[in-house]
Amino acid sequence: MKGRNILSLSWGIVGVGAVIGILAPVLQKLGNPGNMGICVACFERDIAGAIGLHRAEVVQYLRPEIMGFVLGSLLAALIFREFRPRGGSAPIIRFVLGVFAMIGALIFLGCPWRALLRLSGGDFNAITGLIGLAFGIFIGTMFLRSGYTLGRSEKSRPATGLVLPLIMLGLLILAIIFPVLEGQPKNGIIFSSIKGPGSMHAPLFISLAVGLGIGFLAQRSRFCTMGAIRDLILFRQVHLFSGILALLIAALIANLVLGQFHPGFMGQPVAHTQHVWNFLGMALAGLAFALAGGCPGRQLFLAGEGDGDAAVFVVGMIVGAGLAHNFGLASSPQGIGPHGMAALVTGFAACLFIGFTMREKLT
Amino acid sequence: MKNIIDARGLSCPQPVILVTAKMKEMASGEFTILVDTDTAKENVSRAARSNHWVVGSIEPDGDGYRNIVKKD
Repeated sequence: MKGRNILSLSWGIVGVGAVIGILAPVLQKLGNPGNMGICVACFERDIAGAIGLHRAEVVQYLRPEIMGFVLGSLLAALIFREFRPRGGSAPIIRFVLGVFAMIGALIFLGCPWRALLRLSGGDFNAITGLIGLAFGIFIGTMFLRSGYTLGRSEKSRPATGLVLPLIMLGLLILAIIFPVLEGQPKNGIIFSSIKGPGSMHAPLFISLAVGLGIGFLAQRSRFCTMGAIRDLILFRQVHLFSGILALLIAALIANLVLGQFHPGFMGQPVAHTQHVWNFLGMALAGLAFALAGGCPGRQLFLAGEGDGDAAVFVVGMIVGAGLAHNFGLASSPQGIGPHGMAALVTGFAACLFIGFTMREKLT
Repeated sequence: MKNIIDARGLSCPQPVILVTAKMKEMASGEFTILVDTDTAKENVSRAARSNHWVVGSIEPDGDGYRNIVKKD
């Protein structure tokens, strides 16, 4: 099926942003954690916990939304003949960027998607996070202006593009074989939280259906929260930005309708009030996303359409979540972790090193 | 070959950076940009339009597209 891609037009991206903005608060109503109807970073962190890459007992669950994002994107790419297996564009750099993107996001406690959803639920701590995100992306645009590139990807065999979707399918099968048992911290080989955010979730098949739908729509519309801010700074272009604005407004209305809007700074769900660290955490994540060419959601959608390099970034994020919780880098509602500051310094050093060294003149 | 940009295999937003720089450099005329994804094809068209250039034609080329961008 080929033809004009309606969802890539202005109203398409606004529509997709609005759909995500409505579905996320609905998922929260159906059981997902507070202001976390959808959070790519948090949900990948929960998956890392479910398979034992970290043992933070409150954040372990095989989130079907993430699997749906990748598989929905794969489906759209196959139907519209956009599945292009490719890879080989600095995979190890993308892995490291994924690791530090996750660490930055877990210092703030959310990815850009959740930053918008936190704000739409009245959590004003998200404001410094979003400003930090924009600052990190701004640094990324300076590198892009000065010739930063991870090099070209090459066309590859189908397996390159299918490995991450197959991993997601495998995780989905594990979620069905070893469902969460009430009050049990483990079923078979899969860990699941009995308290905390990991224990809060919408019914599996609803989460999966929403994930598949969003994955499908986002692949077609190229929805990207980092790209939204990057394009505004770099090209004064509002196309992608209109998508995240639509998400924010739709989620605000949905939260008001569902009684989930609670304005303030204190006592917000899965959030802390340390503004400097919220700013810096998201700045690190924003820089890493900008250097990798997409927000965490976009990386999942790209991986679904065959981009093996985006898949490496996703795996980097999942491993980063393991490191973040094993080494006390992730924040909690009490504030940053014991080694969060050291992780931030290391993360910025790594991203700046990558930014300065990966530059060349392209023609 | 001077007026052909090869943006195949490049991540976002590099195809748009290349096409924007070319439009600025040429001020008017015609050039070709090669891309290998539908996303890059759409982004190049959007960048051309917002700079008051037009995409004359988009032809399939191997696994990607050959876009002719021009301004009189």
